[in-house]
Amino acid sequence: MAEFPKTAECIVIGGGIIGASIAYELTKVNFGKVVILEKNTVSSGSTGRCGGGIRAQWSTPENVRLAMESVKRFRELEGELGTDTEYEEGGYLILAHSDEELSQFRKNVEMQKKHGLQVELLSPEEAKKVVPLLNTEKITGATWCSTDGSINPFLINFAYMKKALEQGASLYERTEVLSIDKEGSKITGVVTPKGVISCPVIVNAAGGYAGTVASKARIELPLVPHRHEILATEQINRFFKNMIMSFEHNIYFRQVKDGGIVGGQTNPGEPPGTSVVSGISFIKEMSVKLGHFIPALGDVKILRQWAGLYCMSPDAQPILGRVEGTQGYFHACGFSGHGLMLAPRVSVLMAKAISDTSFHDPDLDRLGLDRFEKGIASFEKSVV
Amino acid sequence: MKDLKIICRCQDVTEEEIVDAIRKYGLKSVDEVKRVTRAGMGHCQGKTCRKLVEQLLFKVNGFWPDPEEQSTSRPPLKSLPIKLVAASEEDFDAVVARGRGGQHG
Repeated sequence: MAEFPKTAECIVIGGGIIGASIAYELTKVNFGKVVILEKNTVSSGSTGRCGGGIRAQWSTPENVRLAMESVKRFRELEGELGTDTEYEEGGYLILAHSDEELSQFRKNVEMQKKHGLQVELLSPEEAKKVVPLLNTEKITGATWCSTDGSINPFLINFAYMKKALEQGASLYERTEVLSIDKEGSKITGVVTPKGVISCPVIVNAAGGYAGTVASKARIELPLVPHRHEILATEQINRFFKNMIMSFEHNIYFRQVKDGGIVGGQTNPGEPPGTSVVSGISFIKEMSVKLGHFIPALGDVKILRQWAGLYCMSPDAQPILGRVEGTQGYFHACGFSGHGLMLAPRVSVLMAKAISDTSFHDPDLDRLGLDRFEKGIASFEKSVV
Repeated sequence: MKDLKIICRCQDVTEEEIVDAIRKYGLKSVDEVKRVTRAGMGHCQGKTCRKLVEQLLFKVNGFWPDPEEQSTSRPPLKSLPIKLVAASEEDFDAVVARGRGGQHG
């Protein structure tokens, strides 16, 4: 193990998909010495606990654009990173349960189509054609986008990290940031149990702990982490490739490549916090819902359940870019449960913003921290 | 057909795959191996292969995994059919009436 560094050009805090992808994009443009600090190990936080879904069917234009550009990047990444990531465009089927919800979906589809997304409204009968075993009893319609899909979160996270390291970045795991040093309004370095690193630029990519990290730089972020549970079943013959989602009935699930069903919900009344323990109510409620939507799953066994953190922002959209008044501080956090699917585009934008302070991008600018003072432009409604 | 030593029977992961992953990514704990190779994610939840993975970590790294970094065991203890679990809960309408919750309002 090389000696712990004393200086760096940029410190990325967090070894999840956001930190790894930003480190990769920075080394790709030869930014200089990039050091990644990870409190635990690569992919041990939200990335390694997520459902692996990728979708561009959002209700805000910012999320649609970021997601669509990310899909373009996902298509290139296996070749670029040289690792299989199980990326697959199996589609997303999003279910509507009332006429009111269907009219919201109609608006979403219209906006998404303006951005060039191939998305369509389906009748319950057409939804049943996508997944013949789906119970369409309480469904008034659905939306379908065939270019949505999924990926193995671990594999893409490790692939980004490995390539970043090959391109000159260095990674220190089990290394928590204790404090962040500033001189006036300028970032000057970070303190860890292994030593102090002098550095003019830091990137907060700390997922569920982004608020804690920001507070060390005396920046207050309006983020609320909370536990989000998920389960996986045994492997069975694959009978659908797409994600099935219902906002109204609070569930998402898909059948992963190896045949297991993976799905989750947002627990009613879940309090804020960083606990990731598993609970019994969750598998009971999920079992009822899975059995309702696909009655044929009744005999399939649940193998395991776990939990991760959603780091919610006030409008359920990420907080990106620089912060007025603190030179050298950047963040990409508050993804509200959707960091993996937005990471490929966000990391490209972040690397550009970090290496060129005059860089501007409409989405990056609109998703800055200052939007909460200026007034939020749009609120993301399509979340589970 | 793999003619190699199977370490994780449930997920069909070989010794070679695990050793390669430890070397490729510099892995030091059973959970890291689990994330990269899926060893320990199947029916037995690592009850069979956990000790073997620890031995492979020692073999490659020259040191044992940190005892403070015990692999996480996931519930349920034994795999359970969806309909059996569902039978211990109220019906669908009652469950979804509990709402979205969390921070979504």
